[in-house]
Amino acid sequence: MSHAVAIQPSRRDFLYLATGAVAAVGAASVVWPLVDQMNPDAGTLALSSVEVDLSPIAEGQIVTVKWRGGPVFVRHRTQKEILAAEATPIAELRDPQTDQERVQKPEWLVVVGVCTHLGCVPLGHEGQYEGWKCPCHGSVYDTSGRIRQGPAPLNLAVPEYKFITPTRVKIG
Amino acid sequence: MDGHSTYVPKSGIARWLEQRLPILGLMHSSFISYPTPRNLNYFWTFGAILSAMLGIQIITGVVLAMHYVPSSKMAFDSIEHIMRDVNFGWLVRYLHTNGASFFFLAVYMHIFRGMYYGSYKSPREVLWILGVIIYVLMMATAFMGYVLPWGQMSFAGATVITNLFTAIPLVGTPIAHWLWGGYAVGDPTLNRFFSLHYLLPFMIVGVVVLHVWALHVVGQNNPDGVDVKDVARDTVPFTPYATVKDAFGVCVFFIIYAWFVFFIPNYLLDADNYNPANPLVTPAHIVPEWYLLPFYAILRAIPNKLMGVLALAAAMGLLVFLPWLDTSPVRSGKYRPLFRFFFWIFVICCVGLGYLGSQEVSDSATLVARILALGYFGYLIVVLPVLGLVEKTKPVPTSIADAVLPKGVAAAE
Repeated sequence: MSHAVAIQPSRRDFLYLATGAVAAVGAASVVWPLVDQMNPDAGTLALSSVEVDLSPIAEGQIVTVKWRGGPVFVRHRTQKEILAAEATPIAELRDPQTDQERVQKPEWLVVVGVCTHLGCVPLGHEGQYEGWKCPCHGSVYDTSGRIRQGPAPLNLAVPEYKFITPTRVKIG
Repeated sequence: MDGHSTYVPKSGIARWLEQRLPILGLMHSSFISYPTPRNLNYFWTFGAILSAMLGIQIITGVVLAMHYVPSSKMAFDSIEHIMRDVNFGWLVRYLHTNGASFFFLAVYMHIFRGMYYGSYKSPREVLWILGVIIYVLMMATAFMGYVLPWGQMSFAGATVITNLFTAIPLVGTPIAHWLWGGYAVGDPTLNRFFSLHYLLPFMIVGVVVLHVWALHVVGQNNPDGVDVKDVARDTVPFTPYATVKDAFGVCVFFIIYAWFVFFIPNYLLDADNYNPANPLVTPAHIVPEWYLLPFYAILRAIPNKLMGVLALAAAMGLLVFLPWLDTSPVRSGKYRPLFRFFFWIFVICCVGLGYLGSQEVSDSATLVARILALGYFGYLIVVLPVLGLVEKTKPVPTSIADAVLPKGVAAAE
């Protein structure tokens, strides 16, 4: 530039910075609402618990209940299944957890019925361990819902639940 | 590039408009006088075919949106309502569902043509990258569109694809919940997918405009891969030569498209998707639409979740870097015998992966898928960079005219 440059900050410099600052803060303050509107809404959060009556579930049976829009498996395990789950050496497991850590009462296994690979619903009493097998990419879970074979990285998740009576659980 | 003629407004109205917005001149230089290489073959008509398919998808899509209801309770029934009650609803829907497949068929021909004739090489890198962006936008649009009928496959597809994000450490699950608007794919997911499915095609139109703009700056590649040296000798005007050839190509393509729409409209669809979505049961055998199968096979070929997802992303992402992965100065595969051999192996790998993606998981299928996936990545990462350094190419013609015209004619013209 050939003409003289003002050494002192001019009023234009001040306006430039002040306007820029307001614009930046303004943009930042609307970005979050626009992003956050996609998160689970108040109605979805409110529907986050379900009660299950255990009395009609026969030994060996798996019942699927809907919790937060997806499946939860409630499995009334047989003595054989419990023993198999408890006898499994921890060292063999990809996501090491003992069976005791995953149940409150050994005969009742409550797990989220969503494969930890890509979210399909596994099929009960299938696979080498007769726990579950996922039809999508072949992940195999044992009778404790722990991952044993296939691409899934984690055990079937155990949701928060409590026994409100000996035959009734509240999930969530 | 300078064209074969310059636009001169003839009427008073055209003159008046041209002084205020020179759009007629732009149309003239882009679609009438624009110089097209005289040696283009029918693989160069897929640009026009793709434009036609994009137009069809937008028109039929807007019509379907007049009758479709994006809610988990109504979506499935509203599709049946379109099929049974809406006048010509069956036609519009079948045009749209089969249109998606034919859009992808055309884009794959277009991409493989570009890869064979080296259309991605300098100075067409930006043109190529814009094309890859269009392709990715197309896949996103097709995926979300497939979710809208809210059948069993829609639901399983939405679940599997959105769950890809859960492979990301720490933030993966929050991102998935954010995408779903809940703890699983559900009503909010369907509603936002409908919104985005309506939006993305118009973003595709925007990138297509950039793609065509970039094309008209650098000019078309051609089967011999040599630059236009003399516009008069090497090129012919877009109209009538390319216009008519493109129109003919579009007609032939539409005959096959119409055959699917009218005679085998459900051939490319999945019977499971005529069952309403049930979040508590996943169909025994889930497969994506055919055009995503190769990527699906790559995902399944890798036993680790995060690595599988990364391989899937890399399979698409690597295409962006193709202009720099191919180190050969010779563009066209016509003059690269070794390249040609590996190119067809690459095509076989892609088709083979597509076939395996449609099959159920077994140990032998997984092994073959791994070998083919190795072929896919090997071509891009190893073969192309190395070939450019070691391959002995055939002599390239000095000009387009020399390549296609008889010796005497080329000299006389």
